[in-house]
Amino acid sequence: MRYLPHTSEEIASMLATIGKDSLDDLFGTVPADCRMTNAWQLPPPKSEWELNEYMRDLAATMRVNEHTKVLVGAGSYHHHIPETVRHLAGRSEFLTAYTPYQPEMAQGTLQGIFEYQTLTARLLGMDAVNASMYDGASALAEALLMGLRIAKKKKTVAVSKAIHPHYRAVVRAYLQPAGYQILELDVLDNGRTDLSGLTELSDTAAVALQSPNFFGVIEDLAAAASAIHDTGALVITCFSEPLAYGLLKNPGQCGADIVCGEGQSFGLSRSFGGPALGMFGCKEAFTRNLPGRLVGETKDIEGRRGYVLTLATREQHIRREKATSNICSNQGICAMTAGMYMASLGGTGIRKLARLNYDKTQYLKDQLVAAGASLTFAAPVFNEFVVSFPRDFGPCYQRLLDKNIIAGLELGALYPHLANHYLFCVTETITRQTMDTIAAEVRA
Amino acid sequence: MKELEALNLPDNIGYTDDHEWAQITGETVRIGVSDYAQDQLGDIVFVEMPAVGDQFSKGDEFGTLESVKAVSELYIPMSGEVVAVNTALEDSPELINEDPYAAWIIEIKPADAGEYQQLHTAAAYLDLLKG
Repeated sequence: MRYLPHTSEEIASMLATIGKDSLDDLFGTVPADCRMTNAWQLPPPKSEWELNEYMRDLAATMRVNEHTKVLVGAGSYHHHIPETVRHLAGRSEFLTAYTPYQPEMAQGTLQGIFEYQTLTARLLGMDAVNASMYDGASALAEALLMGLRIAKKKKTVAVSKAIHPHYRAVVRAYLQPAGYQILELDVLDNGRTDLSGLTELSDTAAVALQSPNFFGVIEDLAAAASAIHDTGALVITCFSEPLAYGLLKNPGQCGADIVCGEGQSFGLSRSFGGPALGMFGCKEAFTRNLPGRLVGETKDIEGRRGYVLTLATREQHIRREKATSNICSNQGICAMTAGMYMASLGGTGIRKLARLNYDKTQYLKDQLVAAGASLTFAAPVFNEFVVSFPRDFGPCYQRLLDKNIIAGLELGALYPHLANHYLFCVTETITRQTMDTIAAEVRA
Repeated sequence: MKELEALNLPDNIGYTDDHEWAQITGETVRIGVSDYAQDQLGDIVFVEMPAVGDQFSKGDEFGTLESVKAVSELYIPMSGEVVAVNTALEDSPELINEDPYAAWIIEIKPADAGEYQQLHTAAAYLDLLKG
């Protein structure tokens, strides 16, 4: 199916139908001071080679370029994107943000999204995964709302302070105006969430943890899930780096009821922060409370396999104000891309790549400690970790920047008590040579 | 859709404006939906029921019925505590389409048995449907 904008004939026909003379007439109700009155001030057109040169010159002025070694993750990860993914995802038939309604028109897209759901469900250990949410942050907010729906009368949720600060800000934006209480759970000295206060939380609908958490630390999800279930609350786990589950026990096996997070790592470029992909799944018992679209497999009247949107009675076009979410469009092309990425790597590939991320991260961690840095948290990590340095790291950071290496993220802006602590991320794209350069500069 | 005259509306139960019925069975009251409700909804594919022990006041939402084309809330005709739910509906929600009076949804211990008197008789309910 191809997606083309309206032609001028179509626009004229639509205007005629509603009895308007022009587009200006249609938008006449928009107050004059809200409208742009002067024409665009655009430069004259360029030839293709002039335009290429212009864009190259512009790119050269950017701080980050293709040669920059980025050791910052913090929710957005620099992974290699296989050319197969780029090629397949670039096909025009897939280029839509929408999950298609018309199964007779869109079997290819529906099957692609069904494959994405299936692969994601296996990765996360969930029974059902939806066709995607906007991003990891809004997925977490929707997961907490889902927990509140399931718990019916409870009005409180608890979230770990080790969940990405941006995710928690989005959660506040979604939940607070609706009158829900959000408790924040402290972080222990080892970097894991302090669950000792859970016993007092009898009125809590759901408790959310992130693993690996914002500090890269792997939470003890199985123990946490059991402690949370003992309070009668649902267990929600989120993530910003799904690759970790290539190595770690998946959240479903650990007892999570709802799992959600950011899928950018799987074949999507970082693109200055978006578009992203909200992955979202749950155990079978909660399927009817899932937000968003869901593609299901079925048979047509001749018994042939086909794909359709299913359980649509949860959605706003049928359930109106009682719908499980007001999400309408979603990240169709991003979900499709993540599905292609998972299929390209396969289970073995994802396991190997996760191992490579883990091993390289351990290497940099060891090198930095040997060079005099101290680990801020002692608990195990996946591909991110926090360190501090005996001396001011600022000059060293600048020297590395001059060598086109971005050495971590200073945490003071997000966690004031962690000022001068740096969050490092090491993916498969970082070579030993780069890591040795960083360690050498720390020693210098 | 059935003609209104073709609806099966037994005389031994009470009806609500929202198309639920209640039937006194000794100490408890069984609750379901009317023939009109199941006919309007079409093929029912899921029944969401409360838990045994849940307390409701008359008019509270106690569950939902999901058909292939819509979801409807269920409102309780009388106040009380849920003492049983019809677990047969978990796997066979279509039982409500087959016989909406045999396929009760919940059974409650009424807080005030007198509330039954406020429900519509079959004749009054039919008049209501005729508008």
